[in-house]
Amino acid sequence: MSLWSRISNAVRGERLNREIDEELQLHIDEAIASGRDPKEAYRAFGSTLRTREASHSIRAAGWLESVLADVRFGWRQLCRNKLTSAAAVLSLALGIGSCVGAFRLIDALLWRPLPISGSSNLYVLSRKMTGLYGRPVEDDHWATPEFKLMRDAVKDQAELIAISDADRTDITWATSGSTDDAIEKAHVVYVSGNMFPVFGLEPALGRLLIPADDRGPGTSPYAVLSWDYWNHRFGRDPHVLGRSLHVGDQNFEIIGVGPHDFTGTETGTVTDIFLPLSMNGMASEERADWHHIFLMLKPGANAATTLEPMRQHLTAVNRAFGSACSTCYRGETKDSVERFLNQTLVFNSAGAGISDLQKEYRRLLSVLGLMVALVLIIACVNVANMMTAQAAARAQEMALRISIGAGRRRLVQLILAQSALLALLASALGAFFAAWSAPFVLSLVNPPDNPARLALSADWRVLLFGFGLIILVVLVLGLLPALRVSAVRPVAALKGSEDPHSPRRLMHGAIALQVAFCCLVLFLSSLFVTSFERLQNRPLGFSTDRLLLLETVAGKGQLPVVWNQTAEALRAAPGVDSVAISGWPLLGRIKINSEISINGAPPSPTPAFFLNVSPGWLATMKIPVISGRDFSADDVSPGAAIVNETFARTFFPGQDPIGRTFERGANQPLNKIIGVTPDIPDHDLREPNRAVFYAPFNAIDDKSSPSAISFATFIIHTGGQNPLALANSLRQLIAQRNNGLRVSNITTQLDLVRDQTIRERMIATLAGFFAVVALLLAGIGLYAVLNYSVLQRRREIGIRMAIGSTRAGIVRLVTLDVFLMIALGGCAGVALGFGAARYVASLFYQVKATDADMIALPACAILLTALFATLPAVLRALRTDPTEILRAE
Amino acid sequence: MAKTDALQGSLDLLVLKILSRRPRLHGYTIMAAIANTSGEVLRAEEGSLYPALYRMEEAGWIRAEWIKNDTGRRARVYELTDAGKKQLGIEESRWQSVSLAINRVLREA
Repeated sequence: MSLWSRISNAVRGERLNREIDEELQLHIDEAIASGRDPKEAYRAFGSTLRTREASHSIRAAGWLESVLADVRFGWRQLCRNKLTSAAAVLSLALGIGSCVGAFRLIDALLWRPLPISGSSNLYVLSRKMTGLYGRPVEDDHWATPEFKLMRDAVKDQAELIAISDADRTDITWATSGSTDDAIEKAHVVYVSGNMFPVFGLEPALGRLLIPADDRGPGTSPYAVLSWDYWNHRFGRDPHVLGRSLHVGDQNFEIIGVGPHDFTGTETGTVTDIFLPLSMNGMASEERADWHHIFLMLKPGANAATTLEPMRQHLTAVNRAFGSACSTCYRGETKDSVERFLNQTLVFNSAGAGISDLQKEYRRLLSVLGLMVALVLIIACVNVANMMTAQAAARAQEMALRISIGAGRRRLVQLILAQSALLALLASALGAFFAAWSAPFVLSLVNPPDNPARLALSADWRVLLFGFGLIILVVLVLGLLPALRVSAVRPVAALKGSEDPHSPRRLMHGAIALQVAFCCLVLFLSSLFVTSFERLQNRPLGFSTDRLLLLETVAGKGQLPVVWNQTAEALRAAPGVDSVAISGWPLLGRIKINSEISINGAPPSPTPAFFLNVSPGWLATMKIPVISGRDFSADDVSPGAAIVNETFARTFFPGQDPIGRTFERGANQPLNKIIGVTPDIPDHDLREPNRAVFYAPFNAIDDKSSPSAISFATFIIHTGGQNPLALANSLRQLIAQRNNGLRVSNITTQLDLVRDQTIRERMIATLAGFFAVVALLLAGIGLYAVLNYSVLQRRREIGIRMAIGSTRAGIVRLVTLDVFLMIALGGCAGVALGFGAARYVASLFYQVKATDADMIALPACAILLTALFATLPAVLRALRTDPTEILRAE
Repeated sequence: MAKTDALQGSLDLLVLKILSRRPRLHGYTIMAAIANTSGEVLRAEEGSLYPALYRMEEAGWIRAEWIKNDTGRRARVYELTDAGKKQLGIEESRWQSVSLAINRVLREA
């Protein structure tokens, strides 16, 4: 109550003084009225001014009054230098906004705990082993029979939960009347029945899966929708319960909707449909490693003491399972089996979920975070420098304040109030920037048909971070000028002979710091931009021009002849130039390898990747045949094969591969090489070329009869520039044939290539943006400091000119220090850059931090900026008129 | 001078006591009341009366209010709060014990 009245009195200080005066005046008037001599009454009362001061300080919170006064004063200062203040607020806003934006992304993807009970007790199991090529690999996929063994082994101390990846799956909804429903894509996850109970989740509608729903294959055709999917696909229709959906040839009945905020354990992907683990065909196979295993400690269990014994126990279970698996290592040598079984189990904390997106973007986001932090620091140092220059210009005023009794603390408070004003204005602006930037960056992350989705809520974590950031900025901003103030010696300053170098020394240090950080940002961004350019300009070896891709499925499969007839029908459609079929598109998500044996020998250690293609596929993709011929309609698989140059080099070194044969594994049917093509990137633009062979699309089984094909991609070269224009009519054309073929996904070859470079494109765009901002800020900072320094040294320059100093001498005098600082900062920046580049080298493509042009680029950019920034100050120095200066003295 | 010395530290007590008898007094009346009832022996120094009033107001012992007085001028009048009544009790018993102690010293010495 009383504190509040003191605070409110502080705000209305003037009125309070009037009231006190009125009361005191009334007192004296009454004294006179009661017959006292007016003079005596005034004398007896003493100094009204003193009484008023004493009364005022009792009734108003003095510190608050002084703060308010400082804020008002700071505001007037900001308004006086409108341009500088606007620049300061803008650059700070950019810095704060990008920092908060980056934090939102990083927090949502990497740090925020899953909305489940006991997320800090959640771990994911993976195993470390020696991989196929002798390199260490970490695998976090497991087979269901092994999961069950492990679950039973530790059931007293912990719950094991199996959760599959969220696969984008073709589903159809049963609607009454229509039999041929459109295929949709949905993210489907198979979970063990204990997931919902162990995570402590409650249904928003109906019921969730329970352990009883996970008994055995085919017994529980139940599905649970995620709240998000229920919301955007069904508009929260409660009648969705009981509806059925088809996944492949299975029917599932919707029994419930999950809780509002739970979107699965795969951060970045929103799960649409949860199905019981045992309903997946792979759940009964001991060779299929297809889902993750999460471990949830029982409540109250001590992680420090229980985890390690449990890990050892599970390692033993894992090894026993591997040893007992009779079908797992057919044809492997005893040594390689032993090497494979030598696995180390690892528990990784999974409280924030696990996903490929996290793995892929963890480093990238930390680089991004580093860059925005650097930009913020540059902006802070910049603004602090500006304020120092202003403060130095007010050195006399400060000295006066000190000599009439203002404490140093009060002066620092004055400066902090001003920087707080700046920071608050900037953070208001920055908040808008952060609100816009995080979703924008996220939208850059994934292809449009499968975008990454994160909950980017502005919750207390973001607010807390933003608040901490503002306080940090205020302190950093205030630090430099505050140091200056506490160094002011009033007598010297008032005499006007303060050491003229001391403020400049501090500002020069700040310049070196800025240049170093700017250099680091430039260096990293030049590496990223060059990586992206090289990746984008990598020669593909095939055409992406006007190629429409119709990824098509056929239920339980259709014979090659049906596929070929459909291709023929597509060829006849207007606007279609040529049509070919391949098992899957180049640079799509699919890659399948095959063991290669030559002349019945055991499989070679290097596998080859393959793709089934129709005759004419090479021509449609504009891939030349170096020697031999393309497939003809009579060629079948196994039988004919076309190989790439790496394949030929790897398996038939120094020989002509045409006419030679290989088998896919020992004692398999022979493949005879009929042609050789150049190497092309088939799965990943970044990876070096691998051995690839192409097999005919027409496949036959052991008895030489055609085998059914359940999915393939039609590659359509269109006449028009925009291949997607034909997409709908061709999709309908396929559907109208009623031969079981249905288009499940439509894309273009160009998009598939572009999707490959999304990560690089994003980091290059952002890094380029921040590089420009950093350069701009550093330029402004340089300009401000140099300009100030020339103003300060006008007298010195005038005198030097008067006694015959050359123009070159003046230029050197003005710029030498600054360029020394730039050189110093630049070197430090490059050194920092080398360190940082080593940490993120995995994100580069054909670029090394030590390349000469990678260092030359930022160095040139900084030098050029420095030249531009120093030019006005140098010109001003040269224009100094000695007579005018000396006359003024 | 001796008058004001005796008053040191007991101004609060006097103000509280006077306000407990006669509520809604303004500063001059309080001062006059102290002088009158003490037979002109005690006189609050006028300069320190108002800071003391404001201090007690901030402490919540008294509360103030602007009223129009008979002559039509605005006057700030004070009255005791519940906290002030409690404080008066404390101050009175402290004064009793102090004056008892001083009397004892005077008798013994």
